[in-house]
Amino acid sequence: MTTHKLSEKKALPTGPAAAALIASGIGTFVIGLMTTGAVLSEGLKNFLNWWNPAGPLTGKVGIGIIFWLVSWILMHTIWKDKEYDLGKAFTITLVLIGLGLLFTFPPVFEAFE
Amino acid sequence: MSLTFREFWAASHGLLLGSVFLLAFAGGLAGLYSLRPELVTPAGIKERLGRLKLGTITMAVVAWLTVITGTFIVYPWYRAAPPEGADLTAYPRSFLKANPNLSGWHAFGMEWKEHVAWFAPILATAVVYLVLKYGPDLATNERLRKMAIVIFIIAFSAAAIAGLFGALITKAAPVL
Repeated sequence: MTTHKLSEKKALPTGPAAAALIASGIGTFVIGLMTTGAVLSEGLKNFLNWWNPAGPLTGKVGIGIIFWLVSWILMHTIWKDKEYDLGKAFTITLVLIGLGLLFTFPPVFEAFE
Repeated sequence: MSLTFREFWAASHGLLLGSVFLLAFAGGLAGLYSLRPELVTPAGIKERLGRLKLGTITMAVVAWLTVITGTFIVYPWYRAAPPEGADLTAYPRSFLKANPNLSGWHAFGMEWKEHVAWFAPILATAVVYLVLKYGPDLATNERLRKMAIVIFIIAFSAAAIAGLFGALITKAAPVL
């Protein structure tokens, strides 16, 4: 009875959920990419030094947050009234988070030093 | 018994915010897990949704406050370059790097912690959005609810890695 009542209401489209999930994966991935990128390129490391007391960390997370928010807004705008395969969105998200973790893991980025 | 200005901020960043974060995670996780129609009535779901919103929003807000205070207040003290001939105990990063037995705390611990910590607020914010946007739908959409739980646990794990290394690094080289 309870389940029936709750199910009667029309479900919201899954597009916004997919956008929020994938964008969070993009944000974490970009932080990882910037972390390893700063080891590979002295120029990128200097560019990421947005505030000297905290060093390149400010640029790494700043760019990660910009990518996260911009990608979220874009995907949300495109998918807000649409259905999106949640399984696919979740897989993409986990892969992006996994790559982000990998690229922030010191033994990985130190291998490029 | 007193705290210096720096010790106060280090304790606020790690201990105070960390404790609230832990409590909020427990509340949010319990809320997400139990938001199932077979466990509660529609009235119960409404009531649990309120607590779920409180738990997830608190966790996300605290995660943001923790990384912001850590990066912009405590971390600059940690990484400050010492002047020639200075006592390195006042410069944690240089102190750790100068000691071969302790350098791993910086090279592995701090290098991982400072980056992975930022995963927590981003992922926790995504979960807050799912809770606010879908609300009671999460009770019937088991798939989405389980996805939210996984992302919530990953957010917590990222913060736990950062918190654990933060505590251990502070023990080896406190910000004084």
